[in-house]
Amino acid sequence: MEITTTQYKRCDVVKSVGRIDSSTAPDLEEVLTSLTQDGKYKIVLDIEEVDFMSSKGWWVLIETQKTCKRYNRGELILSGVQERIRDSLNLVGMGSYFQIFDDLVSAVAHF
Amino acid sequence: MATAKFSGRFESLASIRKFVLQAASNAGFNEKEIYAVELAVDEACSNIIEHAYGGEGKGDIECTCNDLNGGLEIILKDDGKPFDPCTVSQPDFSVALEEIKPRGAGLFLIRNMMDDVDFEFSEKDGNVLRMVKRKKE
Repeated sequence: MEITTTQYKRCDVVKSVGRIDSSTAPDLEEVLTSLTQDGKYKIVLDIEEVDFMSSKGWWVLIETQKTCKRYNRGELILSGVQERIRDSLNLVGMGSYFQIFDDLVSAVAHF
Repeated sequence: MATAKFSGRFESLASIRKFVLQAASNAGFNEKEIYAVELAVDEACSNIIEHAYGGEGKGDIECTCNDLNGGLEIILKDDGKPFDPCTVSQPDFSVALEEIKPRGAGLFLIRNMMDDVDFEFSEKDGNVLRMVKRKKE
Protein backbone atom coordinates (compact mmCIF):
# COMPACT_ATOMS: atom_id res chain seq x y z
CA MET A 1 0.00 0.00 0.00
CA GLU A 2 1.18 3.52 -0.84
CA ILE A 3 0.33 6.54 1.30
CA THR A 4 0.97 10.19 0.40
CA THR A 5 0.10 13.31 2.35
CA THR A 6 -0.62 16.75 0.86
CA GLN A 7 -1.08 19.89 2.90
CA TYR A 8 -3.88 22.24 1.82
CA LYS A 9 -4.77 25.65 3.25
CA ARG A 10 -7.63 24.37 5.39
CA CYS A 11 -6.98 20.65 5.66
CA ASP A 12 -4.57 17.81 5.00
CA VAL A 13 -5.25 15.13 2.40
CA VAL A 14 -4.01 11.59 2.92
CA LYS A 15 -4.19 9.47 -0.21
CA SER A 16 -3.96 5.74 0.15
CA VAL A 17 -3.54 3.30 -2.75
CA GLY A 18 -3.88 -0.49 -2.56
CA ARG A 19 -5.34 -2.74 0.10
CA ILE A 20 -5.86 -1.96 3.78
CA ASP A 21 -5.76 -5.07 5.98
CA SER A 22 -4.19 -6.13 9.29
CA SER A 23 -0.79 -6.06 7.61
CA THR A 24 -0.99 -2.54 6.14
CA ALA A 25 -3.42 -0.75 8.53
CA PRO A 26 -0.56 0.08 10.98
CA ASP A 27 1.14 2.12 8.19
CA LEU A 28 -2.02 4.18 7.70
CA GLU A 29 -2.37 4.55 11.47
CA GLU A 30 1.19 5.91 11.69
CA VAL A 31 0.54 8.58 9.04
CA LEU A 32 -2.79 9.67 10.55
CA THR A 33 -1.39 9.70 14.10
CA SER A 34 1.59 11.81 13.05
CA LEU A 35 -0.84 14.39 11.57
CA THR A 36 -2.98 14.60 14.72
CA GLN A 37 0.13 14.75 16.90
CA ASP A 38 1.16 17.80 14.84
CA GLY A 39 -2.15 19.42 15.73
CA LYS A 40 -3.79 18.74 12.36
CA TYR A 41 -7.36 17.64 12.96
CA LYS A 42 -9.02 18.46 9.63
CA ILE A 43 -8.20 15.52 7.43
CA VAL A 44 -9.53 14.11 4.15
CA LEU A 45 -8.72 10.46 3.51
CA ASP A 46 -8.83 9.79 -0.22
CA ILE A 47 -9.41 6.06 -0.76
CA GLU A 48 -10.59 6.15 -4.36
CA GLU A 49 -7.77 3.75 -5.25
CA VAL A 50 -8.22 1.45 -2.26
CA ASP A 51 -10.00 -1.70 -3.40
CA PHE A 52 -10.02 -3.68 -0.14
CA MET A 53 -10.51 -2.61 3.45
CA SER A 54 -10.94 -4.93 6.42
CA SER A 55 -12.28 -3.97 9.86
CA LYS A 56 -8.71 -3.39 11.03
CA GLY A 57 -8.59 -0.39 8.69
CA TRP A 58 -11.94 0.91 9.87
CA TRP A 59 -10.79 0.84 13.50
CA VAL A 60 -7.87 3.06 12.53
CA LEU A 61 -10.37 5.51 11.02
CA ILE A 62 -12.65 5.36 14.07
CA GLU A 63 -9.76 6.09 16.45
CA THR A 64 -8.58 8.97 14.23
CA GLN A 65 -12.12 10.36 14.09
CA LYS A 66 -12.31 10.28 17.91
CA THR A 67 -9.08 12.30 18.14
CA CYS A 68 -10.03 14.80 15.40
CA LYS A 69 -13.48 15.52 16.80
CA ARG A 70 -12.05 16.32 20.21
CA TYR A 71 -10.25 19.39 18.89
CA ASN A 72 -11.24 22.64 17.16
CA ARG A 73 -14.13 21.22 15.19
CA GLY A 74 -11.78 18.81 13.51
CA GLU A 75 -13.02 15.91 11.44
CA LEU A 76 -11.82 12.99 9.35
CA ILE A 77 -13.83 12.80 6.17
CA LEU A 78 -13.66 10.15 3.48
CA SER A 79 -13.46 10.64 -0.26
CA GLY A 80 -13.98 8.23 -3.16
CA VAL A 81 -15.08 5.19 -1.15
CA GLN A 82 -15.67 2.28 -3.53
CA GLU A 83 -19.18 0.81 -3.43
CA ARG A 84 -18.24 -2.58 -1.98
CA ILE A 85 -16.21 -0.95 0.82
CA ARG A 86 -19.06 1.47 1.52
CA ASP A 87 -21.52 -1.47 1.59
CA SER A 88 -19.53 -3.38 4.21
CA LEU A 89 -18.96 -0.17 6.23
CA ASN A 90 -22.72 0.44 6.31
CA LEU A 91 -23.51 -3.22 6.96
CA VAL A 92 -21.53 -3.15 10.18
CA GLY A 93 -22.95 0.27 11.03
CA MET A 94 -19.70 2.26 11.05
CA GLY A 95 -20.69 4.38 8.05
CA SER A 96 -22.72 6.78 10.19
CA TYR A 97 -19.56 8.07 11.92
CA PHE A 98 -18.13 9.52 8.70
CA GLN A 99 -19.08 12.05 6.06
CA ILE A 100 -18.36 10.51 2.68
CA PHE A 101 -17.80 12.58 -0.47
CA ASP A 102 -17.73 11.20 -4.00
CA ASP A 103 -14.73 13.26 -5.09
CA LEU A 104 -11.72 14.93 -3.54
CA VAL A 105 -12.62 18.49 -4.63
CA SER A 106 -15.96 18.39 -2.75
CA ALA A 107 -14.29 16.78 0.27
CA VAL A 108 -11.59 19.48 0.51
CA ALA A 109 -14.20 22.23 -0.06
CA HIS A 110 -16.09 20.96 2.99
CA PHE A 111 -13.54 22.53 5.34
CA MET B 1 -10.72 -29.21 -3.99
CA ALA B 2 -7.67 -27.03 -3.28
CA THR B 3 -5.74 -26.86 -0.04
CA ALA B 4 -2.85 -24.59 0.92
CA LYS B 5 -1.00 -23.83 4.11
CA PHE B 6 0.01 -20.29 5.07
CA SER B 7 2.22 -18.93 7.81
CA GLY B 8 0.15 -17.26 10.54
CA ARG B 9 1.41 -13.77 9.80
CA PHE B 10 -0.48 -10.68 8.69
CA GLU B 11 1.72 -10.48 5.58
CA SER B 12 0.16 -13.85 4.52
CA LEU B 13 -3.30 -12.26 4.26
CA ALA B 14 -2.72 -11.03 0.69
CA SER B 15 -1.76 -14.58 -0.45
CA ILE B 16 -4.71 -16.15 1.40
CA ARG B 17 -7.13 -13.67 -0.21
CA LYS B 18 -5.60 -14.42 -3.62
CA PHE B 19 -6.07 -18.16 -3.03
CA VAL B 20 -9.79 -17.85 -2.15
CA LEU B 21 -10.37 -15.22 -4.84
CA GLN B 22 -9.21 -17.76 -7.42
CA ALA B 23 -11.51 -20.45 -5.98
CA ALA B 24 -14.51 -18.07 -5.83
CA SER B 25 -13.83 -16.89 -9.36
CA ASN B 26 -13.56 -20.51 -10.64
CA ALA B 27 -16.84 -21.31 -8.86
CA GLY B 28 -18.56 -18.59 -10.93
CA PHE B 29 -19.33 -15.96 -8.29
CA ASN B 30 -19.83 -12.33 -9.32
CA GLU B 31 -17.49 -9.52 -8.20
CA LYS B 32 -19.59 -8.50 -5.20
CA GLU B 33 -19.80 -12.10 -3.95
CA ILE B 34 -16.07 -12.61 -4.48
CA TYR B 35 -15.35 -9.50 -2.37
CA ALA B 36 -17.63 -10.87 0.37
CA VAL B 37 -15.67 -14.16 0.41
CA GLU B 38 -12.32 -12.32 0.43
CA LEU B 39 -13.42 -10.08 3.30
CA ALA B 40 -14.83 -12.96 5.39
CA VAL B 41 -11.65 -15.02 4.97
CA ASP B 42 -9.41 -12.01 5.71
CA GLU B 43 -11.35 -11.23 8.91
CA ALA B 44 -11.30 -14.90 9.97
CA CYS B 45 -7.55 -15.26 9.40
CA SER B 46 -6.81 -11.96 11.18
CA ASN B 47 -8.77 -13.26 14.18
CA ILE B 48 -6.87 -16.58 14.08
CA ILE B 49 -3.51 -14.79 14.14
CA GLU B 50 -4.55 -12.22 16.73
CA HIS B 51 -6.70 -14.30 19.10
CA ALA B 52 -6.16 -18.05 18.52
CA TYR B 53 -2.38 -17.76 18.15
CA GLY B 54 -2.06 -14.57 20.19
CA GLY B 55 0.34 -13.00 17.70
CA GLU B 56 2.25 -13.50 14.49
CA GLY B 57 4.52 -16.44 13.69
CA LYS B 58 3.02 -18.85 16.23
CA GLY B 59 1.56 -21.39 13.79
CA ASP B 60 0.05 -22.03 10.38
CA ILE B 61 -3.38 -21.57 8.82
CA GLU B 62 -4.61 -24.30 6.51
CA CYS B 63 -7.16 -23.21 3.93
CA THR B 64 -9.29 -25.60 1.87
CA CYS B 65 -11.70 -24.52 -0.87
CA ASN B 66 -14.36 -26.93 -2.18
CA ASP B 67 -16.56 -26.15 -5.17
CA LEU B 68 -20.04 -27.31 -4.09
CA ASN B 69 -21.69 -26.88 -7.47
CA GLY B 70 -23.78 -23.82 -6.70
CA GLY B 71 -21.63 -22.68 -3.83
CA LEU B 72 -18.19 -22.59 -2.30
CA GLU B 73 -17.09 -24.17 0.97
CA ILE B 74 -14.04 -22.72 2.73
CA ILE B 75 -12.44 -24.48 5.68
CA LEU B 76 -9.82 -22.76 7.84
CA LYS B 77 -7.83 -24.79 10.38
CA ASP B 78 -5.42 -23.62 13.05
CA ASP B 79 -3.67 -25.07 16.11
CA GLY B 80 -4.19 -22.07 18.35
CA LYS B 81 -6.25 -21.64 21.50
CA PRO B 82 -9.85 -22.95 21.26
CA PHE B 83 -12.14 -20.26 19.89
CA ASP B 84 -15.65 -19.95 21.26
CA PRO B 85 -17.72 -17.47 19.21
CA CYS B 86 -20.23 -17.16 22.08
CA THR B 87 -17.64 -15.16 24.03
CA VAL B 88 -17.57 -12.40 21.38
CA SER B 89 -20.27 -9.78 21.79
CA GLN B 90 -21.84 -8.10 18.80
CA PRO B 91 -20.42 -4.63 18.11
CA ASP B 92 -22.68 -1.74 19.03
CA PHE B 93 -22.55 1.16 16.59
CA SER B 94 -25.66 2.91 17.83
CA VAL B 95 -23.59 4.61 20.54
CA ALA B 96 -21.73 7.93 20.46
CA LEU B 97 -18.33 7.89 18.75
CA GLU B 98 -16.42 8.09 22.05
CA GLU B 99 -18.24 5.02 23.41
CA ILE B 100 -17.36 2.63 20.57
CA LYS B 101 -15.48 -0.45 21.71
CA PRO B 102 -13.12 -1.87 19.10
CA ARG B 103 -14.12 -5.52 18.94
CA GLY B 104 -16.50 -7.97 17.35
CA ALA B 105 -16.75 -6.37 13.90
CA GLY B 106 -14.78 -9.16 12.20
CA LEU B 107 -17.05 -11.95 13.42
CA PHE B 108 -20.15 -9.88 12.61
CA LEU B 109 -18.87 -9.40 9.05
CA ILE B 110 -18.03 -13.09 8.62
CA ARG B 111 -21.56 -14.07 9.64
CA ASN B 112 -23.09 -11.52 7.26
CA MET B 113 -20.83 -12.16 4.27
CA MET B 114 -21.23 -15.96 4.30
CA ASP B 115 -24.40 -18.14 4.29
CA ASP B 116 -23.18 -20.84 6.71
CA VAL B 117 -20.58 -20.27 9.44
CA ASP B 118 -19.65 -23.03 11.84
CA PHE B 119 -16.85 -23.07 14.43
CA GLU B 120 -15.63 -26.34 15.94
CA PHE B 121 -12.74 -27.28 18.17
CA SER B 122 -11.29 -30.73 18.86
CA GLU B 123 -8.01 -31.85 20.43
CA LYS B 124 -7.22 -33.72 17.22
CA ASP B 125 -8.00 -31.05 14.60
CA GLY B 126 -7.72 -27.82 16.61
CA ASN B 127 -9.97 -24.94 15.50
CA VAL B 128 -11.95 -25.69 12.35
CA LEU B 129 -13.99 -22.90 10.79
CA ARG B 130 -16.30 -24.01 7.99
CA MET B 131 -17.94 -21.32 5.86
CA VAL B 132 -20.20 -21.67 2.84
CA LYS B 133 -21.16 -19.03 0.28
CA ARG B 134 -24.03 -19.92 -2.05
CA LYS B 135 -24.80 -18.44 -5.44
CA LYS B 136 -27.95 -16.35 -5.45
CA GLU B 137 -29.51 -17.30 -8.82
